[in-house]
This record gives sequence, C-alpha cells and structure tokens, in this order.
Amino acid sequence: MRNNNSQAVHLKKQILIKIIEAFFSDNYEKNTRLIPYQMRPKGSDVPYRCCIYKERAILKDRAIAELGFSIEEHDETVLLSEYAKKALEREKPEKNPLTVLDAACKGCVPSRIYVTDLCQGCVARPCQNVCKFGAISIVNGKSVIDGSKCKNCKQCMQVCPYNAIVKITVPCEDACPVGAIAKGENGRAKIDFDACISCGKCVSACPFGAVHEKSQLIDILKHMKNGEKVIALIAPSIVGQFPGNIYQLKSAIKKIGFYDVYEVAQGADVTTKKEACEFQERMEKNESFMTTSCCAGYNQLIKKHLNDIKPFVSNTLTPMAYIGQIVKQKEPNAKLVFISPCVAKRVEVAEDPNVDYLMNFEELGALFVACKIEILNCEEERFAFESSKQGRGFGVTTGVASAVRDASKNNDSINLTCINGLNRDTIKQLKKWAKDGKCNEGNLVEVMCCEGGCVGGNATINSVKIASKAINEFKTKSIDINDIEICQESN
Amino acid sequence: MEKIQVEICLGTTCFVMGSSHLQELIEIIPKRYNDKVEVSGKPCLGLCSQDCEYSQAPYVKVNDDVVSQATVEKVLKVIEGKIRNNEK
Repeated sequence: MRNNNSQAVHLKKQILIKIIEAFFSDNYEKNTRLIPYQMRPKGSDVPYRCCIYKERAILKDRAIAELGFSIEEHDETVLLSEYAKKALEREKPEKNPLTVLDAACKGCVPSRIYVTDLCQGCVARPCQNVCKFGAISIVNGKSVIDGSKCKNCKQCMQVCPYNAIVKITVPCEDACPVGAIAKGENGRAKIDFDACISCGKCVSACPFGAVHEKSQLIDILKHMKNGEKVIALIAPSIVGQFPGNIYQLKSAIKKIGFYDVYEVAQGADVTTKKEACEFQERMEKNESFMTTSCCAGYNQLIKKHLNDIKPFVSNTLTPMAYIGQIVKQKEPNAKLVFISPCVAKRVEVAEDPNVDYLMNFEELGALFVACKIEILNCEEERFAFESSKQGRGFGVTTGVASAVRDASKNNDSINLTCINGLNRDTIKQLKKWAKDGKCNEGNLVEVMCCEGGCVGGNATINSVKIASKAINEFKTKSIDINDIEICQESN
Repeated sequence: MEKIQVEICLGTTCFVMGSSHLQELIEIIPKRYNDKVEVSGKPCLGLCSQDCEYSQAPYVKVNDDVVSQATVEKVLKVIEGKIRNNEK
C-alpha cells in the first residue's frame, strides 16, 4: 500500500535536509560524512535496527542514494565524503533512477500461501478438496502446503471456514505492476531494469524504505552555486503539496536560488489543444479509440511491455516536453529542472532534449526546510503566462481526458474512460483493448500510472484526497482553455 | 467548560515533514467533538527552531501541550485524554 507519510519517508527527508545543509556549509564533504553520526550519535537510541552500527550503515546508504549513486555498485570502503565529492564532479546523473539498499532490505520471507495455526484440522477439509494441484496434505491433523506444487491460486484461502490460510506477501513484489522487482539469490530485493517502468510503486510500498530514488540535488545545486541560470518547471500536481498558494510558492522557489519558475500547466495547455485535434483526426479516420500519452510510467510500460497498444496512443508530446521547448527557446543557456511528483519522469527527463534535471517534491521540500524559507511569508508573484483550469487539472485522475474533451469542438462524440492506476489487472485490460483493436468502455482513454493521478506519485508530500481538493479549488479560479491563445512556436 | 484548542502547525518545515496529512484533522475534529474542541491550521508555531528541530516535526499544540512527530491518531489520543480530564 502506498504510504508517503511513514517513518521511513521521514528519515529520507531528514537525510536530504542534512545533505543540503552540508552542501551550503563551509565543509561540504566532511559534514556529509558526519551525517550518520549526527543522526545516531554515541549512546543514542536504536529505533529500528539491531544496533547503532547498522543504523548508521543504512543511513550512509540512504545518503549515497540521495547523492545520486547506486547502492548496487557501491564500495563499502569508500567514505561518504568521497561520494559527496564525486557527486560534485559528475557531469551527468547516473542512468537507472532507482536503487535498492541491500542492507535496509529485510529480505522478507518469500511470497507464498501459508496455513497458519488457526487451522482446526477439520473433517470437511475443503482446502484439500479444492486444490487442483494436490499441494495440500494433512500432517499431524493440520493442513500443510507443499510449496513445490502450490501455484498460488488462492482457492484454499477462499474456502477455509476459519480463514486460517493467508498469503504471505513481499510488499515490493506485490506492488510492482510488471514483475520487475524480486528477491535475488541472497533473499534481498533486486530490480530488473530492463523490465522496470520506474513507476515508483516499490518505493512507496517498502515498509523498510529500502528502495530509493537517486537524487540529482547536488547536480542542480552545483549549477546554482556556479551562478548559472537554473529554471524550475513546476508540475501541475504541486498545488496542495506545500503551504500557501502557487504564487507564494513561485517566489519561495526563487528564494532558493532558481532564476525563474514556469508552470508545466502551460505546457499542458499545448498538450490539450494538440491532443484534441489529434483525437478528432483519428476519429475521422474511423479509429476506435485513443489513449493519452502524458504519463511517463505508462510510456515506459508501452515501450517495455505493451508494444501492441502503440498505434492507439496519442503522438502528442507531454506537458513537460512542450514547456521545455518554450523555455529553452527563451533561455537557451539556462538549466531546466522539472519539479516532479514521481520517479518515472526521471527517465523522460534523461531523454528530453531541453529539460536537464529532475527534482521531486520531497527534495524541493527538503530545500525549503534547509534554507529556512517560510512559504506563507513569501510574496505572491504571478506568472507571465497564466495557464487554464484544464491544464492545471492534469495532475488529478480524469483531468487530462476531460481537458481534451473540453478543448474539442465536437465533444458530444467523446466518450471518456480512465485507467486510474496501473496494476496487473488494468495492464491486462489495456492488453485486451490493444489485441481486440477496440475499447467498449470509451473512445478517449486516459491512462495514469498512479492511483488518483500524479497527486498519487511516490514523491508527493500530501495525501491524494487533500491535494486533489486543493487542485480543484485552484482550478475554479483559473480561466477556461478555450479563452486562451496557445503559443504556436511550440511544435 | 473551556474549549480545547488544537493548533496544527502548517509552517514549511512541519508541512513538509508530515503536517500536510494532519489537515485531515480540520475535518475530523468538528464532526467528532462538536463544540468541545476547536481546531485550526497555523503558520509556523516556532517549535522547529527550538531544541528539537525538524527531526521531531510535525508539531501540533493541544492547549499548552506540544505533540511532536504528530500523527492524526496521536493528536486524537491527546484530545481524548483532555476531554476525560475535563469531565472528571
């Protein structure tokens, strides 16, 4: 289950803040090295692990990930100060956006169906009768499952009158919609990056906080420190993630050291208009349905697991791609940073010709804390371009599809349907639509990787409910998409 | 009887460290306790700059008691305790 407010998340944020404080201090490398000792000084409580040394070792690993390195390739003999230095010297962020902290991973017991002590050894033995694979036998009067025969069909669980049979889960494996994370030979989780769609569901699911995003914070801060222009592109889902309104947030972001701030909702307006045109064209050609194309997790799913659906996916670019074009044209020498709710966009940023880096909401939050910026005390600063209410609604489920509908001239013929979160079932659904070449549920299909939309992303700060409410309130104060002219220079 | 005052810190630090989720209390409390308890979101209460810093955020004040690393459940428990005391 997604939890962006756990102790594990709290710890990650504390380390981020400490790294930023170290960066701005007079001795960045040394102060980074001391982080685990500061957080667990001699004689302090050991809240989570077996001993203070393991606590510190895991804090060190977390810091390495937040400096942007893979734990998989990490050499234990290298000091944290050395990593801090290497982060500063790096020209480009590393490739795979996620890393598993071997030491933090519990090595959960393998996922399987298990008969608990609640088994009463009944006479009816429905579990044994229902099992098609002969996996259940009676030992000492109680049911026992033979793992080599069990196919995890869960039939026995459903028929047991005592609810004595349970499925033991491995949270990361369970959360991954594409089977890309599994226990390796040592029992610890391992990500198969050829299959991984970077959706971030394992990050949110692991109760030990063992899966980390590899941060690009140091890379971004380095450019700022060098006096370069660094521009923030804030995703529409940022509304409700911080105190104050978006105009206060804009000046707060500039206080950190960003040169300027643009709403990605401005790019969403371009996406909306183009996607509405594309939809009309496709329907005129008698195509049966079209899916949206702005979710980075979905785009990787298509690339790696669902090629058959490609003909039905809109060719329109994402809001981030359009705003990247617009801003880079104006400021060719600036570094563009996408401020993101999720890890999936890291892959899109790496492939985008205009956007240079990604900073997620947690990292931005850590920057505010480390720089002691009170957003509620910041002045309001408007945007040069005020986006539409439709563009500002992209981050909430149904937001994209209804924007496209609102912008279409002939919107009676549009029938919306939404995939609100990718999981094994919804992926099966998409596969079926691709195979059949039609979708009976609707002709305009919005696909969002995260439940609730981008507000359900792994790096969000607020709950889906409260954040969605804030976005909807903000939308009511914004203009309609049909009342604005879209920059035509972005093609 | 005096109302119990609940103040949720919505300063940047507390918000980022988890008080975003505590806004839920602004809906829950009036429903559950009617006029016995008054709840409000507040700008920075200044607690994070004192000794315990951000590692103990988010903070909530229930009357004069400070709840650190506050969660919805933790705050409700403190409120229940105060109501019981008031009724004695």
